[in-house]
Amino acid sequence: MEIRSKEFKERSVFAIHDANLQTALGRARYGFVGKRALQVADLPEFEQLREEAKNLKNHVLDHLDHYLERYEQAVVAAGGHVHWARDGAEAREIILGICKRVDAKTVTKGKSMVSEEIDLNDALQADGIEVVETDLGEYIIQLAHEPPSHIIAPAVHKTKDQVSDLFEAAHGGPRKTAIPELVDEARRVLREKYFRADVGITGGNFLVAETGSSIIVTNEGNGDLTQTLAKVHIVTSGIERVVPTLDDATLFLRLLARSATGQETETYTTISTGPRRADDLDGPEEYHVVLVDNGRSKMLGGRFKDMLRCIRCGACMNHCPVYGAVGGHAYGWVYPGPMGSVLTPLIKGLDAAYDLPNACTLNGRCQSVCPVKIPLPDLLRELRHEQHRQNITPVMQKRALAVWRWVATRPKLYHAMEQVAARALSGIAKRGRIRRLPLASGWTDVRDLPAPTGRTFLELWQGKRGKE
Amino acid sequence: MSTSENARDAILRSVRSALRRDALDGAEVAALDARVPAHTRPAHEEDLVARFIRKFESRAGTVERVASRDAVPAAVEAYRAAHQLPERAAVGAGLKELTWPEGWLIHGEAAGITEALAVSPAFCGVAETGSVMLASGPDSPTTHNFVPDDHVVVLDTGRIVDHFEDAWTLLRARPQGMPRATNIVSGPSRTADIQQTIQLGAHGPRRMHVILVG
Repeated sequence: MEIRSKEFKERSVFAIHDANLQTALGRARYGFVGKRALQVADLPEFEQLREEAKNLKNHVLDHLDHYLERYEQAVVAAGGHVHWARDGAEAREIILGICKRVDAKTVTKGKSMVSEEIDLNDALQADGIEVVETDLGEYIIQLAHEPPSHIIAPAVHKTKDQVSDLFEAAHGGPRKTAIPELVDEARRVLREKYFRADVGITGGNFLVAETGSSIIVTNEGNGDLTQTLAKVHIVTSGIERVVPTLDDATLFLRLLARSATGQETETYTTISTGPRRADDLDGPEEYHVVLVDNGRSKMLGGRFKDMLRCIRCGACMNHCPVYGAVGGHAYGWVYPGPMGSVLTPLIKGLDAAYDLPNACTLNGRCQSVCPVKIPLPDLLRELRHEQHRQNITPVMQKRALAVWRWVATRPKLYHAMEQVAARALSGIAKRGRIRRLPLASGWTDVRDLPAPTGRTFLELWQGKRGKE
Repeated sequence: MSTSENARDAILRSVRSALRRDALDGAEVAALDARVPAHTRPAHEEDLVARFIRKFESRAGTVERVASRDAVPAAVEAYRAAHQLPERAAVGAGLKELTWPEGWLIHGEAAGITEALAVSPAFCGVAETGSVMLASGPDSPTTHNFVPDDHVVVLDTGRIVDHFEDAWTLLRARPQGMPRATNIVSGPSRTADIQQTIQLGAHGPRRMHVILVG
């Protein structure tokens, strides 16, 4: 999808005034955050597992070439094929090539964020192939012609009534209004697609070097029907998703569901190893894995290496006050929230997503819930430094920062100005609030500023010390 | 596939350049291959069977216990009657020695789009999360786990292990190696994609029933 992160501010304003979106976001925030907290409280080892997961990911990243080679050998030994793609264009070419070779008319898809990242659906459809998303949330937004607004709950921004409208338009009436009826209708429609599909594409939560397996976790079972019933199964995955052994994958599985949906485990964890065997009665005849780099190997060498630990659980966005206010579409590309604000500039370019690192309040909640302890606020701050170094920061902002620096490094002057400001602001306040502030209407138009008491912190502090 | 070969080499080169080193030497590779992971396993003091039942039932799965394998067909028949299903089931070859009620249509083929009921032998159970593990093959075709509305799984209590690590040990000991598909199933299919409301039977089975033997 075309990146629209430059419109972050406009899209945020739009989002804040979208009543449907605000209802949906409020519901999601309550559900995900509360359920995760219950699971964490129920597992005394949770913090220990986070620390171990961070260390294991770092170990894998430090030996990524080795584990990728071992993984490739094991996939081939199991009868599968491994393809390597430097970028989205190469990945699309590989997948389209497989689809054309088997004369694919219909492709079913389990949920895959990498396929969103590489714009796969558009490429397949441009070639006349019917592409059907089978995760219920992905199916809903495919009907709405929208990108996902959350990495694990792609239709979290849609209300039931909006889903009713979309289903009525796509499937014909009568219009269903109850959630069980809507789920049943999608089940019926998608069943036929699974059985008709030539190629099934899924993501890969983990790639296991020990066995050459790919692992997906789902609640619906759509990924399993997708990969079992199609003639060809293609896995799309980032190169950083490899783990050494099944035991290592287990460490992440214990953290993933708890962090993502607040479940102890998802309903289905599926380990796929190669294509249909000689005595198998079902399963795909071909098994392919497309390993996508798309900027990841470059990230490995720099200050943003920690980001490659990400296991795509979505906990950071569930706990982010900015995401909670504006939703995922405001971020303008496929990865929203804190992890998206780091990944988008790194994959698509610093100037293509200028606002994203700057929209962070640095409150630190994302880091405190991240199952692999990614220091997201530090990475976002580092991106701001990088923008400054590369002269992407707007001129006015750079000048203002230079003035600030000049004043802030002169304590006497700084304190004198603070005293003036504290008294002036206190003077224009009504009932402890400032409703309107000259030159700062962007701030006060949508909220009141709590008024200072008229004295600065230092004055109060010194007064207190004087009494002692 | 020459372009793909080039991409492979380029990506590995880029990874090594980022790590500021060449390919690992023989000794380093041997050390990594010999690495034995030892991660923390969640501790509990519960009886394995009791924990399996409690956890599996907490996610809307149902469990019943029978004394021996001979009692399985009658339990399946009772389940079938209770849910008013036709006298027909997809049954993997792993359970073919059982004597099914007279008149039933039993087949061991892959599940078709109209399949209503499947009965599968579990490879093992995992007490940690209360999940069953199914290994694909003629004994237990994968479509049986996902296509029918009702899925019944037969699990010997002696095959319930504590943690996932124990299940991997059992998998590694299989003479035929890793199955094509290893399905760890923890209850009926579910979704919360419409308004965060949990709804069972999204794409996979609407109901899931475990018959514990022993």
